[in-house]
This record gives sequence, C-alpha cells and structure tokens, in this order.
Amino acid sequence: MEPAALAETAIPQAQLDRNRHTLNRERRHENWSMLRLTIPALLIVGVLMVAPLLWLLSMSFVDIEGNYGLGNYRLFFSEPVYVEIFLNTFKIALMVTVISVLMGYPVAYLMSILPPKWAGPMMLAVLVPFWTSGLVRTFSWLIILQRKGLINETLSWLNLIERPLTLVHNMTGTVIGMVHIMIPFLILPLYASMKAIDGNLMRAAANVGSSPTHAFFRIFLPLSMPGLIAGTIMIFVMSLGFYITPALLGGGRVKMIAQRIEESLALYPTWGPAAALAVLLLLMTALCLWISLILVRRLSPERVR
Amino acid sequence: MESHVSHRERLWLYILVGLVLFFLVAPAIIVIPVSFSSTMAMSFPPSGWSLRWYESFFQQEKWIGALWVSLRVAFGTMILTTIVGVAASYALNQGRFGLRNLIRTTLVAPLAVPAILIAVGVFFIYAALGSMLNTIWGLILGHSVVAMPFVILTMTAGFNSYDASQEMVARSLGANRLKAFLTVTLPQLKFSVATSMLLSFLISFDELIISLMVSSGPMSTLPRVTFATLRDDVDPTLAAASSLMLIVTSLPPLILHLLSMRAARKEGRDAG
Repeated sequence: MEPAALAETAIPQAQLDRNRHTLNRERRHENWSMLRLTIPALLIVGVLMVAPLLWLLSMSFVDIEGNYGLGNYRLFFSEPVYVEIFLNTFKIALMVTVISVLMGYPVAYLMSILPPKWAGPMMLAVLVPFWTSGLVRTFSWLIILQRKGLINETLSWLNLIERPLTLVHNMTGTVIGMVHIMIPFLILPLYASMKAIDGNLMRAAANVGSSPTHAFFRIFLPLSMPGLIAGTIMIFVMSLGFYITPALLGGGRVKMIAQRIEESLALYPTWGPAAALAVLLLLMTALCLWISLILVRRLSPERVR
Repeated sequence: MESHVSHRERLWLYILVGLVLFFLVAPAIIVIPVSFSSTMAMSFPPSGWSLRWYESFFQQEKWIGALWVSLRVAFGTMILTTIVGVAASYALNQGRFGLRNLIRTTLVAPLAVPAILIAVGVFFIYAALGSMLNTIWGLILGHSVVAMPFVILTMTAGFNSYDASQEMVARSLGANRLKAFLTVTLPQLKFSVATSMLLSFLISFDELIISLMVSSGPMSTLPRVTFATLRDDVDPTLAAASSLMLIVTSLPPLILHLLSMRAARKEGRDAG
C-alpha cells in the first residue's frame, strides 16, 4: 500500500480519543456494577460487625463515671479480679494448646504415613466430632465426667478410687471439653502440611545411616513446622475467646475473658468496662494471628535448611 | 510414604493414636444411646431403653417451638447468605475494581473475630435499633455475619476454578448478563453453591452465642434452649434434643464425605 493511501485510512486522532473515552466509561461502568454486587454482603458484615467493633473501641475510653480516658483499662491493673481472669484465660488456653499438640501431632503423623485405606477412616474419626455441635459435645462430657459418670463408675469398679473424682464443674472439665473441640483444628492443617513433605527425604536419611528418631527430629519435624505453628496459634487464639465450654463445664467457677465481657454488660451501667475487655481480646487475637503469619512465612519449606 | 520402621516397633504409636481417636469419637456420639434411656439418670450405659425422652421433647412447647425457630432461622440464613455471598464472590472474582482486597478481607473477617465479640456487637446494634431483638430477622442477619466467610471462601474457590470466558461467549451470542450467569455459569458451580447452602444452614442451626444475646422466650433457638436447660436443671430431654441436633448437623457432611471418598476411589480405579 502507498504511504499516501495509508495516511488516508488512518483513524483521526479525535476518533481515537472518543473511542478511548467510551472504553474508559464502559470500564468504569463495569467496575461500578461489579462493586454494587458486593454491597449487600458488605452491609451485613459492616453494620453488624465492623461498626459495633469500632463503636466498642470508642466506648472503651469512657469510664463508668462518663470521663474520657484510660479509666477502664486502668481497672485491669488495679482490680485483682481482672488480673486473675487474664491469668486464668492464658493458663487454660496454654494448657489446652499443649495437650492438643501432644495428642494431635501423633494422629496427624500416622495419618500422613499410612496408606489411604487406613488414613481415610482415621480422617473420618477426626471429622465426625468436628461436625458435631460444640454444645452437644459439651453435654456428652457432662454425662461422662459427672460424679456417677462413666469415668468415675469405671474407676471405682476397677477399685482404683474410693471416692468419685471431681472431674467437672472445674478447671479439669473445662480443659478436657476444650481440648476435645480444639484437636481437629490442629490435626487438619498439620495433616495438610505433613502430606506435602517429600517421603524420599526420610528414605534418603535412612540410606545415609540416620536412625528413624534422628531423621524424624532433623527432617520431618522441621518440615511440619508451618502447619504445626498455624494450628497451634489458631487453637490458642480460639481458646482465648471461648465462652460455651467454660460456662457449662466450669460450673461458674472457671472465669475467662469472654464470660467476663458478658457479665460486665449486666454488672456496669455503661458499656465501658465490657468494651475495654472486648478491645483487649480483639488486640490479643490480632497480635497472635499476625505472629502466626510471620512465623509461617519464615518457616515455609523452601527456607528450611 | 512407607518407612523403614517395622509395625511392631511402632506399636506404641498405633495404640496412642487409637486412644486419641477413641477420645475424639466416643463423646461425639454417646448422647444417642443415652437419649433412649428409660430412667431419669443420664448415665451410660443406660439401664433400660425407651422413647420417653423423645416423647417429652415433642410434647413440650419449649422444645418444639425452639426447633421450629431454629429451622426457620437456618433456612433464612441459608438463602440470604448464599444469594448475597454468591453475588459478592462473583464480583470479587470477575471485577477489576480497586478496594477488592479490602472488601474480601472484610467479608472473611468474621472468621477471625471471637464469636462473643460479634455477639456483643450485634446485640448493641439491635438494642440501639430497638425493634430487632427477639425477631426471626434479627437472628437471621446475626447468623449471616458468622456464615458469610464460609460462603465467600467456598464460592471464591469455585469461581477460581471456573473459566469465565464461557459467560463472555454466552453474552456475545446475545444473552444478557444475568441470563448468561444463571444459565451458563451457575449450573457449573452447583457443587460450590450446594456446599455454601449446606454450610450456612449448619452454621446457623448450630450457632449459640449470638442467639444467647439477641433472643429469648418463644424466640429462642434450639441451641439456646439446650444451653439454658443444661445450665439450670437436669432433664434427660436434653439427650433427645442433643441427638436430634447431632443428626441434623452431622449427617449431611458425613454423607457428602463418604460420597466424595467413594468418587475419589472410583476415579483412582479408573485411572489405574
């Protein structure tokens, strides 16, 4: 084609600008109509969760007398009851986490090395309680742990105890019930990260003369760390905010933050003290999740030497 | 991954894991035999068998009413959360607007916030509005907050594995956007949609803490009545109520799991 003819068919600049303008407008229109689709969901979560949380944050700075400041937060240090509740909450969460890891790690490990024929039913045994309502399981533990429950009857039938043990309406019952709820939350991420470990590594270790125990601690354990940390922190965080199990299996004697928040609503004329506790719980949760994110990123397999 | 350790050497591990699995499963299902007990004592094993606690459940307005409230609320939550969540996931997946990450994070955030805080927040808003406490809609909206992340996560996974150009083809052939979505996209995502519906139904049916804060009296849900009865007095009807809750919430996922396991096995056989 001649250069002159090409110049004649070239699209004028004004036309190009118009096209670009129309395209931009269409894109903006498309984006807006897409954004609009998210509004109903955003409204539900925004109005019922985000807005009240922000409001709680602001109310936490108004103390019982209506003064602005850190009065509610100062209560945490001056009132012994708060110190006790915090210590109690951390103690229970820590106990639940440690016991869950000790019980859950072997299950996840065995599930990851056994053939599907065995791992499948084992997975089912983990999932059935996971799907069962926490309330129903708490009720079951009441039946099992009560004075004339399964455990006490069995132990006294075996002549191992003379008087029934107090297993429920106290810290013991609370921890048992919480461990039962938390273990699946540990096993599932742990199992996923163990399945991703290359089995050849363990075989290679055996080939170069490493004992099974040594190979486990030097290779398998470090490689399973991301899943272990993710699961551990998740159950610790969930334990901090627990309400139902301590309320029922603790028999009113085991006090944790979540119950105190609920009690504070009834106890004080203003929202302040409950709001400050809520903010504290939220901050602790966020902090733990943030630490977990950093640790998991740092420990992800490609960085393990 | 086979290993060079013999089964005998690992016997202690098998026993330990067996005990842990027993610890996990037994308490989850023990309420079922207890619910058929013929005596007032809620013990295991029961000394005799009867259906009297189920009769007691279905004869008391307190329990029947609560079951009915729970079913209505769970159904409402399922419909609301699934429609709203599918729309949002579609937009988050297909749209190219800014704020997408912020919106997705917000919608998934209820997973990370302790349930008691969501409950207190919902209670505050309803108390401020005045008319939402003790209503079916109040419960549905409250439960939707907790169910939303599960629908968003399930649907996002579904949309990610779906080839969106098929919808473009339908539109270029003359279907309008809604029709293209409903007739081309949605049928291919029916498994994700069904999962979302099941999850949101179950989460609502199981939810206790929000219900505890925003409902009472005749508007109480089944978990709420169970909780109150459990705390205040001992009534073996609880075992019947718990067994019913157990069956409603555990059976559907169990069946789905078994079906998917069978499908995976069949696929493995076909491939091999």
